[in-house]
Amino acid sequence: MTQPLSPVLIIGAGSDIARALARAYAARGCALILAARDPAALATLASDLEIRHRAAVTLVACDVTAADPEPFVTSLPVLPGTVVMVAGLLGDQAESAADAAVAERVMATNYNGPARLLLSLARRMEARGSGAIIGISSVAGERGRGSNFIYGSAKAGFTAFLSGLRNHLARKGVHVLTVKPGFVATRMTEGMELPPRLTARPEQVAEAILRAQEKGRDVVYVKPLWRMIMAIIRAVPEGVFKKLSL
Amino acid sequence: MLSGWGRWPIARCAVTEPGTSAAAGAALADFTSIIPRGNGRSYGDASLNPDGVLLTSRLGHMLTLDEAAGVLECEGGTLLSDIIEALLPRGWFAPVTPGTRFVTVGGMIAADVHGKNHHGAGGFGGHLLWLDLALPDGRVLRCSPAEHEELFAATCGGMGLTGLILRAAFRLLRVETARIRQRTVRAPDLDAAFAIFESAQDWTYSVAWIDGLQTDARLGRSLLFLGEHARAEELPLAERSRPFARAARAPKRVPIDFPAIALSRLPVRAFNTLYYQRQRPGDALVDLYPYFYPLDALLEWNRIYGRRGFVQYQCVLPLAESRAGMRRLLEAIARGGNASFLAVLKRMGAESFGHLSFPMEGYTLAMDFPTSTGNLALLDRLDAITAEHGGRIYLAKDARAAPATMRGYPRLERFRAVRRDYGLVGRLESLQSQRLEIG
Ligand SMILES: Cc1cc2nc3c(=O)[nH]c(=O)nc-3n(C[C@H](O)[C@H](O)[C@H](O)COP(=O)(O)OP(=O)(O)OC[C@H]3O[C@@H](n4cnc5c(N)ncnc54)[C@H](O)[C@@H]3O)c2cc1C
Ligand SMILES: NC(=O)c1ccc[n+]([C@@H]2O[C@H](COP(=O)([O-])OP(=O)(O)OC[C@H]3O[C@@H](n4cnc5c(N)ncnc54)[C@H](OP(=O)(O)O)[C@@H]3O)[C@@H](O)[C@H]2O)c1
Repeated sequence: MTQPLSPVLIIGAGSDIARALARAYAARGCALILAARDPAALATLASDLEIRHRAAVTLVACDVTAADPEPFVTSLPVLPGTVVMVAGLLGDQAESAADAAVAERVMATNYNGPARLLLSLARRMEARGSGAIIGISSVAGERGRGSNFIYGSAKAGFTAFLSGLRNHLARKGVHVLTVKPGFVATRMTEGMELPPRLTARPEQVAEAILRAQEKGRDVVYVKPLWRMIMAIIRAVPEGVFKKLSL
Repeated sequence: MLSGWGRWPIARCAVTEPGTSAAAGAALADFTSIIPRGNGRSYGDASLNPDGVLLTSRLGHMLTLDEAAGVLECEGGTLLSDIIEALLPRGWFAPVTPGTRFVTVGGMIAADVHGKNHHGAGGFGGHLLWLDLALPDGRVLRCSPAEHEELFAATCGGMGLTGLILRAAFRLLRVETARIRQRTVRAPDLDAAFAIFESAQDWTYSVAWIDGLQTDARLGRSLLFLGEHARAEELPLAERSRPFARAARAPKRVPIDFPAIALSRLPVRAFNTLYYQRQRPGDALVDLYPYFYPLDALLEWNRIYGRRGFVQYQCVLPLAESRAGMRRLLEAIARGGNASFLAVLKRMGAESFGHLSFPMEGYTLAMDFPTSTGNLALLDRLDAITAEHGGRIYLAKDARAAPATMRGYPRLERFRAVRRDYGLVGRLESLQSQRLEIG
């Protein structure tokens, strides 16, 4: 068991999962750098963390789809101990399929942008010889399904990126953790009918991530059942899979 | 499906759970009829509305803490338990706290809650500097004793019927330790209990636990718990360096719904007698948590009443009527023979500015009853006794009273006028406001 490395940079900090993460890290005494497109919207969260946990909180602006991540990374007050990439975009499959610009946005927000940004941070952590990189990917990336394969393929890319980065950094003192939350009750899934047994609350996701980080895990499924479900889904032969309506 | 803490009644309600003040304001405007909900610790139907319930669970941020002035500014959905956890180690406590800490600041304002210090400190509303209220027409108004005073007076105790409390600022209480110096006193009957209350007016906290099953000469047999925040120098030497330390105890949870039999008369009588005998009169230093929140250690204790749920009855009688009225109430309850192991008597201080605020100078009595037709009939008789003695019932506990009981609130017409003036009639409604024809 190791303490999470402080400060913790959370990218996409306005999301429900990120808010729960910020609380969990602050409760463990970590300083926080919260990055979002509109950092002003995080002012209430920041004051809450400061009062509740006496956490030091810095708010910074960040758009993960920016072509060049360097200005953001160099503007950070310090190189963080831990970075958590939470930013992502589900989008609408039909719209993504019909409009290349929409598809591009989903791809950029779930794969290109996060990968570029994490690479830039990883180089610096590698040079320092310490750090933790946590990426929130998705079970949707384990097999492309007709109903959401633009998002799924971008997350698949992100998952592969994280696993390669882990391999690359394995002996460099930098821990890389891939998170597959399964369904989570958040703004992203608001209004969807989700099976309660397979759906986690943001606080559960946060706790699972902190535990996995403390134990030095590589991949974490928040609800263990998902690991089995995805093993089965991966095992279905493509000839059969293509005929299913998923 | 939602219910209050009494788990009766239960209603299917359309809910919305906004994450920002702006989204909450938009939801108020969108729903034709809606009621805010805090942490659901009111017992009955005050935070139920089939057409719309606005959950404030994501609007619980603490915004500023001014340690020089001792003022906390926070969102309406902030839990009192979180506030205490964050601030007690820094020497701050709530100026008024109900008997559970699992309530929100919005709920505390809307019920203008009282604590064991009401005789001295008054209700929670009296400690507010201001509150920001969102209205269904999209406005957000800062209300205080100096701004929008009528709306402020209607909101403190207004049971969510005047709008959504987005934010509030209130004064905190300085404490030196997380301990209470408690004095326990036995009162063999009701007159003795009154006498002790009247002579204990300068204690900060006082409350009596009545054995509701005693009759005749022992009617009103009770234990009084008086308390003061312990000062640092009152702690044992070894503890003075860490005056806010407390033993971490994992709360227990009631695992299943108790079968109805568990609460029949016999075991309750045994429990009450045991409790009365076991509490030793005298002085002791006790932890603040079990002192204020004895039931919070048992999460979901409301399940011991089984699936049918329960109702709580709480009324207050004016001082001059208290002696005679309480006797009649207790006699009616004892005759009813209805098992009830939580009966609380408390001296209250002066009435507040809140139009529908519950407390008045006098005595308040509260107890639980498992939901049954017999008990509901008994509660109607208690309403009649309360009315005859010029008292009123507490809306935060009520699930079943008739519209006529609102006569206990002489400023109801002013409350109605505020509702009309700000266009709230029909827009902010609860099953309770409809049942009581608050209008
Ligand atoms: C074990 C126990 C002990 C208790 N002891 C006491 C006591 O000693 N003294 C006392 O006074 N009360 C006591 N209560 C009652 C409790 O304090 C009140 O019912 C309080 O209102 C509950 O707060 P809540 O956040 O759970 O609100 P809810 O029960 O969810 O709602 C209560 C009312 O507040 C309104 N409301 C909630 N949030 C807002 C908001 N943001 N804006 C506008 N309106 C809002 C709702 O519409 C509703 O009318 C006790 C309750 C329990 C369960
Ligand atoms: N909810 C689920 O069931 C589920 C399941 C598996 C994986 N996930 C993943 O979990 C993560 C968090 O999602 P969530 O459920 O909490 O939903 P969410 O609230 O929609 O979170 C998405 C976050 O990404 C941010 N974001 C979007 N585009 C961005 C950009 N260009 N630059 C910077 N930030 C950007 C959003 O910021 P704004 O506030 O500025 O919009 C928002 O904070 C996502 O990566 C998601 O894919 C979610």
